[in-house]
Amino acid sequence: MKVSLFVTCLVDQFRPEVGLATVEVLRRAGCDVSFDPGQTCCGQPAYNAGYRADARAAARQTIQSLEESEAIVLPSGSCTAMTRHWPELFADDPQWRERAEAIAPKCHELSSFLVSVLGCTELGARFPGRVSWHDACHGLRELGIKSEPRALLATVDGLELIEHENSERCCGFGGTFSVKFPELSVAMLDRKLEGLQSTGVDAIASSDVSCLMQIEGRLARLGSRLRALHLAEILAGGAS
Amino acid sequence: MSHPAQDHSANLESFPENARRALNDSQLRGALRHATGVIDERRGQAVERVACWQELRERAKTLKAATLERLDHWLELFERNAIARGTQVHWARDAAEANAIVARLAADAGARTLVKSKSMTTEEIGLNQHLEELGHRVVETDLGEYIIQLAGETPSHIIVPAIHKTRAEIGELFHRTLGVKDSKDPKELTAIARERLREEFARADMGISGANFAIAETGSFLVLENEGNARLCTSLPRVHVALIGIEKVIPRLADLEVFLRLLPRSGTGQHLTSYQTLFSGPRAAGREGPEELHVILLDNGRSAMLSDSLSRQALACIRCGACLNVCPVYGQIGGHAYASVYPGPIGSVITPMLQGVEQAHHLPFASSLCGACRDVCPVGIDLPALLLKLRSKVRQGSAGSGDREQRRAFRLWSLAMSGPRRYGLLLRALRLARPLLERPGARSRLARWVPPLAAWTAAREFRPPAGRSFRELWRDQEAKDS
Ligand code: SF4
Repeated sequence: MKVSLFVTCLVDQFRPEVGLATVEVLRRAGCDVSFDPGQTCCGQPAYNAGYRADARAAARQTIQSLEESEAIVLPSGSCTAMTRHWPELFADDPQWRERAEAIAPKCHELSSFLVSVLGCTELGARFPGRVSWHDACHGLRELGIKSEPRALLATVDGLELIEHENSERCCGFGGTFSVKFPELSVAMLDRKLEGLQSTGVDAIASSDVSCLMQIEGRLARLGSRLRALHLAEILAGGAS
Repeated sequence: MSHPAQDHSANLESFPENARRALNDSQLRGALRHATGVIDERRGQAVERVACWQELRERAKTLKAATLERLDHWLELFERNAIARGTQVHWARDAAEANAIVARLAADAGARTLVKSKSMTTEEIGLNQHLEELGHRVVETDLGEYIIQLAGETPSHIIVPAIHKTRAEIGELFHRTLGVKDSKDPKELTAIARERLREEFARADMGISGANFAIAETGSFLVLENEGNARLCTSLPRVHVALIGIEKVIPRLADLEVFLRLLPRSGTGQHLTSYQTLFSGPRAAGREGPEELHVILLDNGRSAMLSDSLSRQALACIRCGACLNVCPVYGQIGGHAYASVYPGPIGSVITPMLQGVEQAHHLPFASSLCGACRDVCPVGIDLPALLLKLRSKVRQGSAGSGDREQRRAFRLWSLAMSGPRRYGLLLRALRLARPLLERPGARSRLARWVPPLAAWTAAREFRPPAGRSFRELWRDQEAKDS
């Protein structure tokens, strides 16, 4: 299957290895992966901050770059959820609205693409360690993604999935929220991480780099040895 | 920490400061965490037992939307039927009018002591303060409200007004204000309150209540409660006045079938509240009850919310409080930090709608948009979508001008995001900043000029941009492969 990668701006700039891992995983699943460098950002940072015109500028660029693709895969639930807001974002612009409506259903978050579209959970990955999953809010509550990453992790050789009672709790990132109300944002994260260390996990994993930056930033400050990993990094591990 | 009853709107500006203060109050956070956790767990269990929960929510949402569509019609029908049953109906455009009506009724009744059952709508208009200024004694009779009144505070939750207080704090408060011995035992504390309140019920000349639903086809209204105090408030005094927001009207008595299954479960995790009282007119000859029954229908900004399909959605709220209990922001800071009558997700939505976005411009941003509120709302209000709409409204107005730097930053950002060449320039700029971001000393110097970086790094490490972006790595790979 021909797949176009929408790598997302955060992965592009801060965690390119997640992008490479996503490509690797998709190829292992039998996809022919392409990347169009015309893409930039889904527009979410501006959209969530209330700057709709700025969000539209970014979204237009990315839509234009990707709309010819058959299927578009994103290593992010949050940005995928944003693609579902595109039609509403262009509510007053019939032409762009139509383009947004056409492209939105073609955009898939990585785990749901692998499991629900390709029907593929076994990727021959190996990852020795105990991992706790963080259900990132937008993937969970806007896209209904819950079982897909778990189904994928279950097939990873050597990986033990430790369910944590706070897996669905928000990490407190929230885009500009994290710097507008930094103390609050960190307090929310600390509440989430409570009790995690005592479960003896080696890593906390998620499918959103934004949450991972928040989590790893705090863990590093606290001097924790816990790692914050993207799902793709785990699935691309130990190529067979 | 004390939270004197105050003119709320004056403090809406101080949300960031209030939040910070709340975060440093470990007693407050402990009480909140315990109470919101318990209530939400009970809610979850109660909801689980209703197989058709989602279907009920859909029905409630549709019903509310249809009712709000023709609210004027249902209100007129309610008025007509209420009058036919001997109820006197008053209309209040705003808080001042509503307060004046209650004050006039109190004066006509020669009322000295007024007893009240729990009502957020009376909080909204600042009724107690108004009546006290006129020399009336106003006594709250719901246990939580009684505690808040003794403490001289405002409710910090729409269902559990004293949720921020520990048992020990309440014992100390009773000791200090009522002169009883200090106790932590909830049974003892309740007994003390009950004894005091009994005297008040006996001497009250007028009872004031709110309502959960007003029923158009019968002209009656329903009050839900657990303590029996609302029944006493509305049956012992000679006059009963009910203050009802115009959005509370529903067409038919049969519609309660849906709402009575949704509201108690969502609010407290109960299948049904201990008491549900339907008021349909003053006492009939030879029966007990108040001689006069007055209903005040309050607008206070609500009809303006009807004009827009999004804000109209917020009028569907049945004030169950579930969105507060599940909100990770509310759970950390509690209701007082919002400095609005209605706190939490629904408060952040309706406060700007009722009082203006200029005044309440912080509140729509007091959320990580996690969506937990939308999941639990029994009437399916899309609270995050409403917060987003309000955010863009704030940006269009002048209230956001304090964030001029941010506005400029996003303008630049959107320029960089609207073309691959410009995006490439941004990547290069980020690369140049990398050495500064990597070295702790240089980074903290940089943070002095870049407030968001300072905000981030106060309690978190910052990951600098990668040495090579994905698109560069991809290009390298392509070059190698070909
Ligand atoms: S918005 Fe929904 S969840 Fe929140 S109080 Fe209103 S009805 Fe309850």
